[in-house]
Amino acid sequence: MKRLSKQSRANFLTYGGVILVYVLLQLYNSQVGLSSMIQGLLIPICAYVTMALALNLVVGVSGELSLGHAGFMSVGAFSGTAAAIALQEVIPAAPLRLAVAMVIGAAFAALAGFVIGIPVLRLNGDYLAIVTLAFGEIIKSILNNLYVGFDARGFHFSFLADTVSDRLAEGGKLLIGGPMGISRIPIISTFTAGVVLVLVSLVIIFNLVNSRAGRAIMAARDNRIAAESVGINVTKYKMIAFVISAALAGAAGSLYTMSLSTIVANKFDFNTSILILVFVVLGGMGNMWGAILSATFLTLLPELLRTFNLDQYRMLVYAVVLIIVMIVTNNPLLQRTAEDLAERFHRKKPAQAGEGGQSHE
Amino acid sequence: MSERVKRAPTKLVPVPSTNKIPERDINKAPILECRHLGIDFGGLTAVNDFNMAIGRTEIAGLIGPNGAGKTTVFNLLTKVYQPTRGTILLDGVDTHNMTSVQVNRAGIARTFQNIRLFNNLSVEDNVKVGLHNQTKYGLFQGICRLPGYWREEKRAHESAMELLHIFDMEHLAGHQAGSLPYGAQRRLEIVRALATNPSLLLLDEPAAGMNPSETAELMDNIVKIRDTFHIAVLLIEHDMSLVMGICEGICVLNFGEIIAKGTPDEIKNDPQVIEAYLGKKREV
Repeated sequence: MKRLSKQSRANFLTYGGVILVYVLLQLYNSQVGLSSMIQGLLIPICAYVTMALALNLVVGVSGELSLGHAGFMSVGAFSGTAAAIALQEVIPAAPLRLAVAMVIGAAFAALAGFVIGIPVLRLNGDYLAIVTLAFGEIIKSILNNLYVGFDARGFHFSFLADTVSDRLAEGGKLLIGGPMGISRIPIISTFTAGVVLVLVSLVIIFNLVNSRAGRAIMAARDNRIAAESVGINVTKYKMIAFVISAALAGAAGSLYTMSLSTIVANKFDFNTSILILVFVVLGGMGNMWGAILSATFLTLLPELLRTFNLDQYRMLVYAVVLIIVMIVTNNPLLQRTAEDLAERFHRKKPAQAGEGGQSHE
Repeated sequence: MSERVKRAPTKLVPVPSTNKIPERDINKAPILECRHLGIDFGGLTAVNDFNMAIGRTEIAGLIGPNGAGKTTVFNLLTKVYQPTRGTILLDGVDTHNMTSVQVNRAGIARTFQNIRLFNNLSVEDNVKVGLHNQTKYGLFQGICRLPGYWREEKRAHESAMELLHIFDMEHLAGHQAGSLPYGAQRRLEIVRALATNPSLLLLDEPAAGMNPSETAELMDNIVKIRDTFHIAVLLIEHDMSLVMGICEGICVLNFGEIIAKGTPDEIKNDPQVIEAYLGKKREV
């Protein structure tokens, strides 16, 4: 019971930290005023933090490598944004429309995750990475060739060539215009909505990890054969992690897109998938705090570099930062120092410290 | 390469009672019955014509020299491998076409020769993973922390502590499983297997790497487990003091075939067993 409360305390600390940062930023903005550059970055940061959390669920908790999470993001982005435009008259209140759009985006992305998961989760390791990579590209191609229109008679679809525009009735709208993507997006995303999404993602992931299903997911990651031997359906639990992750990515995609005026499918390419993976690796796999910090830092970094006119060195700096992190985290001297510090904090229980020393023999 | 092996039709002949079903068993039907069990890997016959029956509260041993096929038998019973020939009846139910997961739910739990714990989880969580199928709440209840979650988690915590108490491991509950000493890892594997509420417990070399006093303690604990949970235990072991000390029926395997079955005393004096372990007496 004591350990449980310690765990929940750490989780509430994370929620509290996010809320505190939000309140401080809002206060600072109302008193001093944030620069327009930072203001423009707030929503993308929230979206990328959510993406990093979602991918961390697959990579860190479930132990599978996915290289196609930008695909789920784009499924959510396109379906959610299209829904928001189509629902403009039905739901006039922007926050509600945003919420509905994000739920629709999440639902479509979850569906995509489920469909991809059926063949993919039978594979292990490298094969899963390759197939998810291909999936990201397939989604991009499909969205580049998809035309969706909406009028009083309902939705119209066409593929490869735009026949939708001609068929649209008076007052109809072309929602998705193939390679032109979605344009004239109503900008309804807000920083508040972004923070709420991050908090919801955190609650879902923390509560999942500390539940029956989460333990089964982590057991399957640690030892598949042993997990099956205690009666856990490994494929089912890997699927649960994958679908939840895809849904969160879809919601993040909707949020992100509705802060921009236009969006094209090429925005969510392989580079985006890798970028999100870099957030996760840099923050430490399975570490949600780390994912939040690294996503924030690496989204801010290119803009900060731009202010110093070092924009063209962005990728170079990424690489250097990653290498430094790898060296630092694998340095035995630094690790020992960290352990010593941790032990000093936990001096309260000397009996347990003795037990820990014994187990290293 | 992976052509399906045709299963020969199984002749359902009653197996001569291999081990004597203990007197205390009210229900004399065996919990596990293997009939003509066999598996081939390519052209190699790893196990052949394996017949065995285990009583409901019996402690049985499976012994034999290295490479005799003992662990393969365990893998057949738990469906890590599907048998090429023969039938496995668990409490009278044919486990043909069942997966490892289904076999576990049907009542077989096992430990592994090379320890397979969930190393990054805590000791308590390892046991709770074992309790997975007895913890009854859904994904949604877990994520939303509905009352069912708290009730079932509390129960899982209590059962986990109770199970850890068998080996006096409650104080280790918060430790990471991978950081435990070797002996404790072996004990934790047994606890995790017990958590799945089995009717048959398979122990693959439970005493490996233990010193004589630890082995003696383990023997007491295996008997204690049998007596408290009323389950059958089948164990593979090289430590003869353990096997001869607690097993009521022993089955000796050599080159995939059973060469002897019987009580410890019968096995000790069986010329074939002595030959398999020590070799033939040289004529001078």
